[in-house]
Amino acid sequence: MLINFNDERPIFIQIAEGIEDAILSGAFKEESQIPSITELSVNYRINPATALKGINLLVDEGIIYKKRGVGMFVTQGAVKLLKGKRKEQFFDNYVKNLIEEAIRLDISKEEVIKLLERGYE
Amino acid sequence: MSIEINNISKNFGSTRALDGVSINFEENRIYGLLGRNGAGKTTLLNIITNRIFSDSGEVLVDGMHATENDKALSRIYMMGERNYYPENMKIKDVFRWTKEFYPDFDMEYANKLADIFELDLKKNVKSLSTGYNSIFKVIIALSVNTPYVLLDEPVLGLDANHRDIFYKLLIEKYSNSPATYVISTHLIEEVSNVIEDVIIIKKGKIIKNETREELMSVGYTVTGMASLVDEYTRGKEIIGTDSIGGLKSAYIIGEVIRNEVPEGLEITKMDLQKLFIQLTSA
Repeated sequence: MLINFNDERPIFIQIAEGIEDAILSGAFKEESQIPSITELSVNYRINPATALKGINLLVDEGIIYKKRGVGMFVTQGAVKLLKGKRKEQFFDNYVKNLIEEAIRLDISKEEVIKLLERGYE
Repeated sequence: MSIEINNISKNFGSTRALDGVSINFEENRIYGLLGRNGAGKTTLLNIITNRIFSDSGEVLVDGMHATENDKALSRIYMMGERNYYPENMKIKDVFRWTKEFYPDFDMEYANKLADIFELDLKKNVKSLSTGYNSIFKVIIALSVNTPYVLLDEPVLGLDANHRDIFYKLLIEKYSNSPATYVISTHLIEEVSNVIEDVIIIKKGKIIKNETREELMSVGYTVTGMASLVDEYTRGKEIIGTDSIGGLKSAYIIGEVIRNEVPEGLEITKMDLQKLFIQLTSA
């Protein structure tokens, strides 16, 4: 069974993930400052409370920290933390969906493995 | 600190425009007041600002009765569809007049916004196009600095670029100096990310008053073969359906129980617009 909330997930989660992606890609480096709540909300035209909620997710996970009166920064070690978290989600987010679709299309396990190998070539 | 609306009713002849409406507009939040044409949005805003009077019920602004109370009313600015200025007044003169009534009106900021929107201050109000008429009023609303700002259809006639600028400025302004904004509109999709709370009014009655997130989480759409959808939705609260050929979508209020959903049905979230249409259709 496919439950697909992916495209329309709550905005605060998308904000948090957008920042995670930027950290993973190196756009926001560890110990560097990230955009403020105001910058995020103005830029994406979203309510500041929504942006704050997204940021707080990352603060709770120790990926972002706040410096009082200065701003928000990427934690030292955030990349490692994020990679660990994303690896845990990799099976659920990608592998499961891949297999479900393969079953729907009658693609055998052997074929899937071949396709994966082709993807790496 | 809030605008408290208690049990307001209003009749126009035999039409019940508002029917026992109670809302609390709290400090520093952005509300969406959503309703179809004629649902009672403007009537409600007009009552709050004393442009018309209710038949029963009361409005309290920060604890003060609003009826014919200048102190209470000076805390609210309403941008309405109608103009209350002499038609041949120049925009810069309207700005000056506004400053007389609302001492916190920020003239410098208003001029800056006029510049951004390319609004010529020397023009007469009556010479403005529908779009620029809205822009002119939006500029005042964003510059008055009252604790409560009511915007009745603020983007009426604005093109896509100007609407985008408006939402950007609104969020910027709200971030820098928070106030309570009530945005009445039927253009829901655009405003849905900006608002924090949603009030849906239908035929003079409040049918929803929740945070946007609460409201969005109450509904979902299930799509698939009509027979499968019918079987799945039996006993559930269905607020509407769409069919194309043998494919059917049902809009459901309630929580999805994931392992209850059979193979072949797809579950998607309902966006605010869709939810609104289903909740307010006749």
